[in-house]
Amino acid sequence: MLAEKAAEIRKLAVDAIYHAKSGHPGGSLSIAEIMAYLYFKEMKVDAANPADPERDRFVLSKGHCCPALYAALAMKGFFPKEDLNTLRHLGSYLSGHPDMKNVPGVDMSTGSLGQGISAAAGMALAGKRNGKSYRVFSILGDGECQEGQVWEAAMFSAHYKLDNLIAFVDFNHLQIDGDVRDVMNPTPIDKKFEAFGWYVQCIDGHDFAQIEEAVANACKSDRPSAIVCTTVKGKGVSFMEDNYGWHGKAPKAEEYEIAMNELNAALAAAKEANNG
Amino acid sequence: MAERIATRVAYGKTLAALGETRHFFVMDADLSGSTQTAIFGKKFPDRFINCGIAEANMISAAAGIAAAGTPVFCSSFAMFACGRAYEQIRNSVAYPKLNVKICASHGGITVGEDGATHQYCEDLAVMRATPNMVVVNPADATETVKAIEAILDYDGPVYCRLGRFAVPVVFDPATYKFELGKGNVLADGKDVAIFATGIMNAAALEAREQLKAHGVDAAIIDIHTIKPIDRDLIAHYAAKTGAVVTVEEHNIIGGLGSAVAEVLAETVPTKMARVGIEDVFGTSASAEVLLDYYKLNAQGIVEKTLKLLGK
Repeated sequence: MLAEKAAEIRKLAVDAIYHAKSGHPGGSLSIAEIMAYLYFKEMKVDAANPADPERDRFVLSKGHCCPALYAALAMKGFFPKEDLNTLRHLGSYLSGHPDMKNVPGVDMSTGSLGQGISAAAGMALAGKRNGKSYRVFSILGDGECQEGQVWEAAMFSAHYKLDNLIAFVDFNHLQIDGDVRDVMNPTPIDKKFEAFGWYVQCIDGHDFAQIEEAVANACKSDRPSAIVCTTVKGKGVSFMEDNYGWHGKAPKAEEYEIAMNELNAALAAAKEANNG
Repeated sequence: MAERIATRVAYGKTLAALGETRHFFVMDADLSGSTQTAIFGKKFPDRFINCGIAEANMISAAAGIAAAGTPVFCSSFAMFACGRAYEQIRNSVAYPKLNVKICASHGGITVGEDGATHQYCEDLAVMRATPNMVVVNPADATETVKAIEAILDYDGPVYCRLGRFAVPVVFDPATYKFELGKGNVLADGKDVAIFATGIMNAAALEAREQLKAHGVDAAIIDIHTIKPIDRDLIAHYAAKTGAVVTVEEHNIIGGLGSAVAEVLAETVPTKMARVGIEDVFGTSASAEVLLDYYKLNAQGIVEKTLKLLGK
């Protein structure tokens, strides 16, 4: 079931970016499994009651990858799937980065890197101080970890023992200008979070069993959790995979056709596996 | 001689008093003794969050707290709460219109001896140009108490500038009324309208007395809310007097002077003069010495007013 959800997220995200003629396919595709797992297995959220104060929260700190978030929210019923292709169009509520005031199901406006993880930490702290049992999930980019604010937030979260905060790091190795290790090496990301006092696990970010086990472990920890996920940027579209050129551009018509053929085939295969 | 109290001191006491009946959090970035949030922190440790010297995280974390449903006050020096964390204020707080109150102490030149790196005279300009942001600059302890109460009642982002320096109490707590966005006529007059903000109100009132000796009858109007600004009152007094002076402990670019000029240009074009920091960085000295040095005093207001009136 989850593989099918991830495949659908990929298809909807690429479709929306194509119709927007701009956007960020690479990092949207690399987080599809994490998004599918969170929204279709783990998080307590209800499209009929999006403002429930007890709900689990999600903050996409790497906000530019919102096509994957919007896809998951539409699939979850927060708004019609047909609206996804209005992404980045004048008058659409689906702006280029997540806007909590206008997009149902979005818990925090993000887009400026480094700020989302701080907001997630604030939500987690408010939950603990207000006696709420909700959890806060967030996804950071590996390039985003070059922002100093990420480490301010890391220090803050460990200091206040935010055991209700679980942050995934989408370690796809690539940012706009190239390999993160060439542009400005943020590694070892896991050791850095450990040094700041977090509970850290390193997994394959495309493996649902590993994601599930890591989240279960994180929920038992008395510290904030970082789950560093090795992923493939552009995963699921052959010519986008592991290619930093696809960080922030839309496919042309012929590229779109190839991408949709591949994504449709993957979706069909996932459906068949699910039925079989 | 009026009693002198720093607006930051009134702020700290007001937070601690409001905490008795209202649910909100208070954050600080290792300056809680200076900003006076420590009073609240001692009384309500479960609702106080020291963020350490990390203002960017403080502002975005405050946004997260507000997004989760609880109002939050954030304090540090203006230079760091507003200047350093500007982009966090813009994107994490103002854009999603979250209920975060940035109450920044040590605004302006009266920081004193710490010098230019800590004397932020551009905060009102920066905050005023930010959509969704309400900008408040109280004159004295009385106005600060009422402003903080009003700010808490308002659901949305607010920037409130507070000062380090002990300043005269201008307003009587028994009779003073505060309304966000409404100017406050301290004295009527027919020859010139002097619009003052923050701690400059006391000097403006002093200047009014000195101007009488020159045969000038000045109206003094306290503009505690820089945004939204009281357009009607400004236009009314410009039309009535035909001459306008603005007075602020802030760069003459972007703050009260600019805000008033914008209103006048669009309503009642009026000759005007701006008293303030004239687009320079500050320097180290005591607050009293600096106020005189930069002519942010009654004498400076009188000189500019007489020049404007051709006297």
